[in-house]
Amino acid sequence: MKALIIISILGVIAMMAEVLRFKKLLIPIIVLGLGVALATVIMDWNTDIRYFNDMAYFNNYALAFTGGVIFITLLWLLLGQEYFHDSHTKGEHAALILFCLTGAIAMISFSDLTFFFIGLEILSISLYVLAASNKSDLRSNESGLKYFLMGAFATGFLLFGIALIYGSTATFNLIGIQEALAKGANSPLMVKTGVLLILVGLLFKVSAAPFHFWAPDVYEGAPTLVTMFMATVVKTAAFAAFYRLFSTCFISLADTWVPVVAVLSAITMLLGNIMAVFQSSFKRMLAYSSIAHAGYMMMAIAAMNEVSAGSIFFYAIAYSVGSLGAFSCLHAMSKKGDESISGLNGLGKRQPKVAIFLSLIMFSLAGIPPVAGFFAKYYLFYGALMGGYTWLVLIAVLSSLIGVYYYFRVIFALFKSEPVSDEPLPMLFTKTLYFAHFDGYYFLGNWIVACLVTKLNFIEIILLIFITFVS
Amino acid sequence: MTQGAEVLSGGYEWVPALGISLKVGLDGISILLVALTNVLIPLIILSSFRNNYSNPSAFYGLILLMQFGLIGVFSALDGFLFYVFWELALIPIWFICLIWGGEERIRITLKFFIYTLTGSLMMLLGLIFVYLQTPVPHSFSIDALYQVALTAEMQGYIFWCFFLAFAIKIPVFPFHTWQPDTYTDAPAQGSMLLSGIMLKMGIYGIIRWMLPILPEGIAAWGNVVMILCAISIVYASIIALYQNDFKRLIAYSSIAHVGLITAGVFSLNMQGLQGSMVQMLAHGVNVVGLFFIGDIIQRRMKTRQMDNLGGLAHNSPVFSILFIIVLLGSVALPLTNGFVGEFLLLMGVYSYSSWLAAICGLTVILGAVYMFRAYQKVMLGEVHEKSVEFTGLAKSEKVVLIIIAALIIVCGVYPKPILSIAQPALEEIVLNLQGIN
Repeated sequence: MKALIIISILGVIAMMAEVLRFKKLLIPIIVLGLGVALATVIMDWNTDIRYFNDMAYFNNYALAFTGGVIFITLLWLLLGQEYFHDSHTKGEHAALILFCLTGAIAMISFSDLTFFFIGLEILSISLYVLAASNKSDLRSNESGLKYFLMGAFATGFLLFGIALIYGSTATFNLIGIQEALAKGANSPLMVKTGVLLILVGLLFKVSAAPFHFWAPDVYEGAPTLVTMFMATVVKTAAFAAFYRLFSTCFISLADTWVPVVAVLSAITMLLGNIMAVFQSSFKRMLAYSSIAHAGYMMMAIAAMNEVSAGSIFFYAIAYSVGSLGAFSCLHAMSKKGDESISGLNGLGKRQPKVAIFLSLIMFSLAGIPPVAGFFAKYYLFYGALMGGYTWLVLIAVLSSLIGVYYYFRVIFALFKSEPVSDEPLPMLFTKTLYFAHFDGYYFLGNWIVACLVTKLNFIEIILLIFITFVS
Repeated sequence: MTQGAEVLSGGYEWVPALGISLKVGLDGISILLVALTNVLIPLIILSSFRNNYSNPSAFYGLILLMQFGLIGVFSALDGFLFYVFWELALIPIWFICLIWGGEERIRITLKFFIYTLTGSLMMLLGLIFVYLQTPVPHSFSIDALYQVALTAEMQGYIFWCFFLAFAIKIPVFPFHTWQPDTYTDAPAQGSMLLSGIMLKMGIYGIIRWMLPILPEGIAAWGNVVMILCAISIVYASIIALYQNDFKRLIAYSSIAHVGLITAGVFSLNMQGLQGSMVQMLAHGVNVVGLFFIGDIIQRRMKTRQMDNLGGLAHNSPVFSILFIIVLLGSVALPLTNGFVGEFLLLMGVYSYSSWLAAICGLTVILGAVYMFRAYQKVMLGEVHEKSVEFTGLAKSEKVVLIIIAALIIVCGVYPKPILSIAQPALEEIVLNLQGIN
């Protein structure tokens, strides 16, 4: 909760920066503030508190995800400083990012459907603006508008679903709904329709098929750094909300939505991976790969057992860190106006270090041991097999194989093709990219899951992450 | 694995919550394969000294990483750890083929990677499946996995999950299509690593993980595998007869040889298993020798096409003598290492089925035909115009070939240590199988 408050205040401070003229200090203030927020999350670990008449509920699950998104945002800030270089828009951009983060944390920690909806809207509206934030670029404008129109539709569905649920249970509270539904609702059809409508809204947010059509266009049009934020923080938060909502209040209706989620999960991963194969633009390829990863994570929601929460968290973090690395390379490329995979040709010769880290990231996204992405996939497969979804795991295996094909195309380009030019990529903060070698620290990854599964000390995780970062 | 067969073991916890541990150990079977790895890798490194690869630090680094992965595979006593090492061994060899390979390496390495990864992921599914049947709290430790009681039907499914991974790695017909291209296109040291050591991972996997866990699955499907092995042997031998590219010939001969080894393992008796152990070592040494000979010729003559070679024996008598020793080992002449292995293997297969033994026996006959044909074309016959330039062996090349020739003869004359080291561990596996069938 403290983290939520601190970050909303930070957002307000960022808006004030314009008026009170302390824009130069803004980024350090934000980094410091986020650091404090992260510290409060760590201090709150193992507390189990409900706030505001049970609107928000911070247990270890919510705290872990909160810490996760703050941490990813911090990394994002380090990699994406260029986003704040234009002093006219600096304050607004920073405020929007922070409000987005606020919305994400509200979505993670909600215990009441109204609070969930408020969080979702804070997140979405900031994102619509961010997607269109490159005002002079037509594609960015298009992307923002497209996202807004589609998003508004999805929100409508979601709200309608919430209304139907409220209509049959007379409460917004998750526990209340759970109890009412367990007793047997008075109008089952209304409840089922409500659940499915909420599902539609959430599937849109996580860009699962068949509600994924916005994702490639919006990802491609939005400024690369915003795309990076969307693909990491927003996706993590959306999955956290997805799991929390469906694991608590709709668990008694599992028969209604579990088959839907399982089938859509299979379609999403196949579709995302197959479409990614045909992309020549690196950015579009990452967009489709992000759809595919949403499909994998939905496996855990379909399986819905004791490993689901841990595996979603680990997968989201491993995927986000990998994506941060991939997108920051893409960002460096797009500064030269080349976003195609062939733009990476021969990078292995020009900048071997960057090439090695980028291929580690590709290994991780493709799920090859011993990097974090493999362990993340392993936990998902394990959970799904435990839940009896052998067919789903088989499809996941098949689509991972397709995934290998296009991730490896990047590695081939890095190491095999002749360089297009001798200029090095203008990487900002190459050091932070090295951080992606956190991916290589699979021990660390296992620590996180071990900690989550056995509910060990959160401080240890953060310490380990920190040590890795410094080294 | 029980205490009796185990020689060394140790371990740490890794992810205790999921029953994953870093447990490694060596019994007779593992010791032989770890020894093979550690004998061959120095030879492979020594053999590369005259190749002048670009970026040598990366090249040797990858070879050593590969050694790490291979030793891990041969010593892991935890299913999950085994899988991690299994994949870890794949990555360096993939990079070696990709960076230092021939013309078509991108297409070929991609095929190679996707092929092997398909198998591996199926194995992972099988492993998780068996793991979920262990008593709560689940554990990946080998003892727990060995004690799992599975129904015959389930064993059948898991059998194919596991076998797919191992059969692709070995490779057994019809999963072999990646192999000739990859062996031919890889740099010489890459082919040596792939055929000398890496394919033994597959056979080792069958002995260590399939025979004890899935006895009923093997009883149900073992005969299918035997037939596939017999097809591999005949098919690969016949193709080898028509090869003009020396390296491709060795690649196909390798399919034939490992087909026989796999048949020996699946004959499920002591002779077959003993033979497979001996032959794994023998094949490793011989094939490394053959690939090295191919590399020596290619480096000097800039071609591997046997039509363009001839009469090399005139220029370098030492080379021709060493070549013939390696070749005799490979065609299993008595008193060479190949003979001991193939004899035991055929004996094992014979007690399984005399018909299959007759077909598998073809490997010896056809092997002699294509190998001697190759020798004749390359070393004897008319002196080809280019062959005049063929220079004698350099010191490092001589050392490698002499060590290999010595190993071939010593193991052929006195194979007892190999047999007695593997004996207790194999006996236990056979007893366990007989107890169930």
